[in-house]
Amino acid sequence: MTNTWMDIKSADVIVIMGGNAAEAHPCGFKWVTEAKAHNNAKLVVVDPRFTRSAALADYYCPIRQGTDIAFLSGVINYLLQNDKLQHEYVKAFTNATFLLKDDYTYSEGLFSGYDEEKRDYDKSSWDYQFGPDGFAMVDPTMQDPRCVFQVLKAHVAQYTPEFVERITGSPKDKFLKVCEYMASTSTPDRSMTSMYALGWTHHSSGAQNIRTMAIIQLLLGNIGTRGGGMNALRGHSNIQGLTDLGLLSNTMPGYLSLPTEKDIDYKTYISKKLFKPQRPGQTSYWQNYGKFFVSLQMAFFGKAATAENNYAYDYLPKLDVIQYDLIRAIELMNQDKMTGYICQGFNPLMSAPDKNKTHAGLSKLKFLVVMDPLQTETARFWENHGEFNDSDPKAIQTEVFELPTTCFAEDEGSLTNSTRWLQWHTPAQDPPYEAKSDIDIMSAIYLRLKALYEKEGGAFPDALLNLTWPYQVAHSPTPDEIAKEVNGYVVDNVPDPTDPTKMLLTAGKQLDTFAQLRDDGTTASGCWIYSGSYTEAGNMMARRSTSDPGEAGIAPKWAWAWPVNRRILYNRASADVKGKAWSEKKKLIEWNGKAWVGFDVPDYGPNVPPQKSVGPFILTEEGVGRIFTKALMRDGPLPVHYEPFESPRINLNSPKIQGNPAGRIFKDDLAKLGKAKDFPYAATTYRLTEHFHFWTKHAKINSALQPQQFVEISEQLAQEKGVVGGDWVRVWSSRGQIKAKAVVTKRIKPLICDGSPVHVVGIPIHWGFMGVAHKGFAANTLGPAVGDANTDTPEFKAFLVNLERITDAPSDAATV
Amino acid sequence: MNMLVSRRGFLGGAGVSLAAASTMGAFGFGAIEQAAAASVRPFKLSRATETRNTCTYCSVACGILVYSLGDNSKNAIRAVVHIEGDPDHPVNRGTLCPKGAGLLDFVHSETRTKYPMVRKPGSDTFERTTWDYALDRIARLMKDDRDKNFVAKNKDGLTVNRWTTTGMLAASASTNETGYLTYKVARAAGMLVLDNQARV
Amino acid sequence: MADYQSLDIRRRSASTDSSPDVRGAIEVAKLIDVSKCIGCKACQAACMEWNDLRSPIGDNIGVYTNPQDLDPNTWTLMRFTEYENPDGNLEWLIRKDGCMHCSDPGCLKACPSPGAIVQYQNGIVDFISENCIGCTYCVKGCPFNIPRISSVDRKAYKCTLCVDRVSVGQAPACAKSCPTQAIVFGTKADMIAHADERIIDLKTRGFTNAGLYDPPGVGGTHVMYVLHHADSPQLYANLPKDPKISTLVAIWKGGLKVAGLGLMAAAAVGSFFHYVAKGPDEVDDHDEMAAERMKEESDRS
Repeated sequence: MTNTWMDIKSADVIVIMGGNAAEAHPCGFKWVTEAKAHNNAKLVVVDPRFTRSAALADYYCPIRQGTDIAFLSGVINYLLQNDKLQHEYVKAFTNATFLLKDDYTYSEGLFSGYDEEKRDYDKSSWDYQFGPDGFAMVDPTMQDPRCVFQVLKAHVAQYTPEFVERITGSPKDKFLKVCEYMASTSTPDRSMTSMYALGWTHHSSGAQNIRTMAIIQLLLGNIGTRGGGMNALRGHSNIQGLTDLGLLSNTMPGYLSLPTEKDIDYKTYISKKLFKPQRPGQTSYWQNYGKFFVSLQMAFFGKAATAENNYAYDYLPKLDVIQYDLIRAIELMNQDKMTGYICQGFNPLMSAPDKNKTHAGLSKLKFLVVMDPLQTETARFWENHGEFNDSDPKAIQTEVFELPTTCFAEDEGSLTNSTRWLQWHTPAQDPPYEAKSDIDIMSAIYLRLKALYEKEGGAFPDALLNLTWPYQVAHSPTPDEIAKEVNGYVVDNVPDPTDPTKMLLTAGKQLDTFAQLRDDGTTASGCWIYSGSYTEAGNMMARRSTSDPGEAGIAPKWAWAWPVNRRILYNRASADVKGKAWSEKKKLIEWNGKAWVGFDVPDYGPNVPPQKSVGPFILTEEGVGRIFTKALMRDGPLPVHYEPFESPRINLNSPKIQGNPAGRIFKDDLAKLGKAKDFPYAATTYRLTEHFHFWTKHAKINSALQPQQFVEISEQLAQEKGVVGGDWVRVWSSRGQIKAKAVVTKRIKPLICDGSPVHVVGIPIHWGFMGVAHKGFAANTLGPAVGDANTDTPEFKAFLVNLERITDAPSDAATV
Repeated sequence: MNMLVSRRGFLGGAGVSLAAASTMGAFGFGAIEQAAAASVRPFKLSRATETRNTCTYCSVACGILVYSLGDNSKNAIRAVVHIEGDPDHPVNRGTLCPKGAGLLDFVHSETRTKYPMVRKPGSDTFERTTWDYALDRIARLMKDDRDKNFVAKNKDGLTVNRWTTTGMLAASASTNETGYLTYKVARAAGMLVLDNQARV
Repeated sequence: MADYQSLDIRRRSASTDSSPDVRGAIEVAKLIDVSKCIGCKACQAACMEWNDLRSPIGDNIGVYTNPQDLDPNTWTLMRFTEYENPDGNLEWLIRKDGCMHCSDPGCLKACPSPGAIVQYQNGIVDFISENCIGCTYCVKGCPFNIPRISSVDRKAYKCTLCVDRVSVGQAPACAKSCPTQAIVFGTKADMIAHADERIIDLKTRGFTNAGLYDPPGVGGTHVMYVLHHADSPQLYANLPKDPKISTLVAIWKGGLKVAGLGLMAAAAVGSFFHYVAKGPDEVDDHDEMAAERMKEESDRS
């Protein structure tokens, strides 16, 4: 989230699209009800289903799943055609004025540079024109046909309300009403917040869904402002933190990228990370990349990381593919290319797409380790549970370990929420039975591996043997010790260059901020963006002051937020070019002639005058918000509507290009895609508020609230299929089937797309064969293993199924 | 009028007869002391230990108050008996959703893992084992695979130091400190097949 | 430990003595703003958790309402109604069902067991289980069909308004948990004032019939609703439009068959005093019919 949960109360218009906050984030949704009750805000919900969020909406508009880009491109077209923009903001704070290269083109679903063989682009044409001074060229009048503004205008021109309706099934009048609500926030005194989650990410064009709304928010001047922003609500309690800490195949802590084998040495690697400012006088904060990287290597490898060995650059593994994500891991298992898998609090049998493929993959492993506080389906994938998990244990040679771990009630440490707060918690009871903390288990595995390498030698032991392990009790590091390392500390004294009798930094001291990080090995920090979380003043994450000056929804002394305790990202943009708040009501920070002052930590040099052309978005190379993203996205610098990989409709926008041309799919998964003639219904999976993932079916209270697996269909489809509410139905895709109870509802209606109805089948995910609720099928038996072009997120929100009424309940051999 | 009176009176009488608890009070002449017998359930948290924590479910990260049995004295074994919202927390302000309000049943779930278990190849059952056995065995399996399949140099002779045959999925509700330590261990081993639950 | 003493008790079942009236008390109330409710069931979860109850893990019968009805372990229940309004737009009306804590409680009036049902000065109506004889009259006396009899111990159960929490100055578990402030708790006066604000907001959003549900037929309630369609409470899973206290001819008639006449006569004396002190409990044909209907329902369940 760019903003805070409480900040939503300052919104004038709230758009929930690509998410269902009332269902999935009820206590955050509270601030929507607050905005409605006390700021006269209007809530607009756009969703294939009339959701719990829609229940409180001032306006609800249906949409066919997987067509959000068409809808939102139509909104952009509306804003441009009707001149509903925040002009000064667009001109000064976005790259609308930047001129694009002449060889950048878009036509019929493809951008310049496409390579059909590789399903990838040569992105060199997706760039600005540069002048003789080396800086990007701009046209402040935004009239040049090659400026981003004009290119965008042409790019979205075809998304008329009529065309939008044909693709999305959103009735034209409803679509236009949503446009009006959004457009009402183009004035400087009004703001709109966008709240989204997996409803946008679970698509083959997931990242571009979000991009499209980001463009709208830039055009309306709603980024960096109170009650505005792009608010990714996120899922699990610490998935923000684990992502911040780089626990992905291709990243390192603080959003540094793990080197690839193309980065043949440190020099090559770091030369790609210069992030040279693209406009004169402008700041590009990522220019400090080297300081973050070297300090990270110092935290990992200590004295073994030296200037001579390029700070242990060779200790890091180098990627040969873009990423080794979950879908690829399961593909590799199926190809017999994996030996072992360790699941820490993660239940891939239920969570990954195409459960039967996951099951086959796990069955081919030599060993599987599951660390979890609950008995997961993954740990028991080899057990036979009748129709729910039809395994033959004798045929499965995988050695499986189920290790009991502590849960929140028994552990200590910090969690990072969706609004980037690091909050510290303490245990309320001792670990039950023989449960151990994940820290202790990881330490035990590490110390054993290290001992084995010390004793036996083996493949490249250097990184393992030289890993810093400065913890007082080696087999049980304390959360405090680790948190201090993550924050960062001074490795060697740094004398003050202006006064040699003084120290700039003193060895052994905790760092105050990442501004102190250096690229000469004198500082260490396990995650630069977390620098400031645990300083000499103590554990900032454990702070509990409830004060909230100006009731701005900031609460600056509650816990700690990255970066530098800044609560609203890009908040420089809450003030105009001269540094004055766009409106008194929405004041966040302002320039007082000497400094930026206000409610939040400025996202800007605290004493840098607004007249300086530093640029309001200091983290981007061009210092402004990006309407056009150059080469940053794999599938294009501007969003384009493509159909989901399994869709009931042909792509009206570009009939030759049906699905995202850069979306990733493996050959065997491609072969398994279903066709609309066999699987006529548009399926979507989702969460229910009574449950959390596959966890709460282990809790009696939640199991009582939603005891049994169901799917939701419209009254019209129910009638066609002879189904009444409470009947058993079978739902199948080309990959497998599930059986569930039917909920027949007015909340789902057929969508009329290009003249004929598309029926939606809604599939909540929460059941499985472990726990105290009724046994159920893995909903993800049905969805395809298709990855989003940029993130490889599976397309769980839009695929094809068929459905029929059945008379018999599923049988569970294990209980017979 | 009389009808109304007797009707109301009948109800009282009938109750007594059913209860077979005939007392003076029951006949409607009851001493006021009777009323004092009506007592509400005692407030169960009076001296329970209160711990501030964060809900383990979604990314709103609501503040919670966890109440444990006992006062932390040596002989009182703490057990969580109740969880409710932390009124000080700026986001949830004491509220909880149905997941958070049911956290107690996650902590004490019948299907929590209790002991290290191992399932041998081809077996149809989990067997209880010891931590030492499990951890020694896991380290051995990892090292054997790593030594066999580690790629120090790629086909162009460049140092790549990667291990792609054993992978790891990191948790989604574990602490940052857990995540960081996990990262260190996984990357120092050269592991590339590393993912978390951000996407699903 | 917060024993209520007699001074805090306004009424007790099957007792005709007058209650002490010297000490004043603030009336409390829970306000349920249906227009802010997302049906998340946090209230149901919090109720179970706090009161050490666990609803049965039932079946899905094609609706979101789970369990399907109130039961001895389910003291509050979200009831979901899909309503297409005259404009053709869908409204998902979700009502939290449970004891209304009537000012004039039909259950208490119907209860034959001394002290099994009490009403505190603050308005909370509570069942004192050790005094309950399981006769089901409270079920029949309740115009909202709330109490349920346990098949395990034959005692009646319902929401206590978390009297154990209220007695130490805490809000009921359901009210505290509610993520959207659809449930608020406070003095009855404050709740009425809060409702007024909400009703004004709803009227500006086009709900011209928004209003407060605090039915006079039961003397008002200590659980009130803000409804967008206060003119049609039946839309909300059959919330009664005009509930009234009933003295239940059905019970009277049914009771004749089993009761001893002598006891009846003795009790009648007490009732006479009650009548003199408190006035008659009116009953009309409508109530009798309602009572018959509820009796049938409770017999079925």
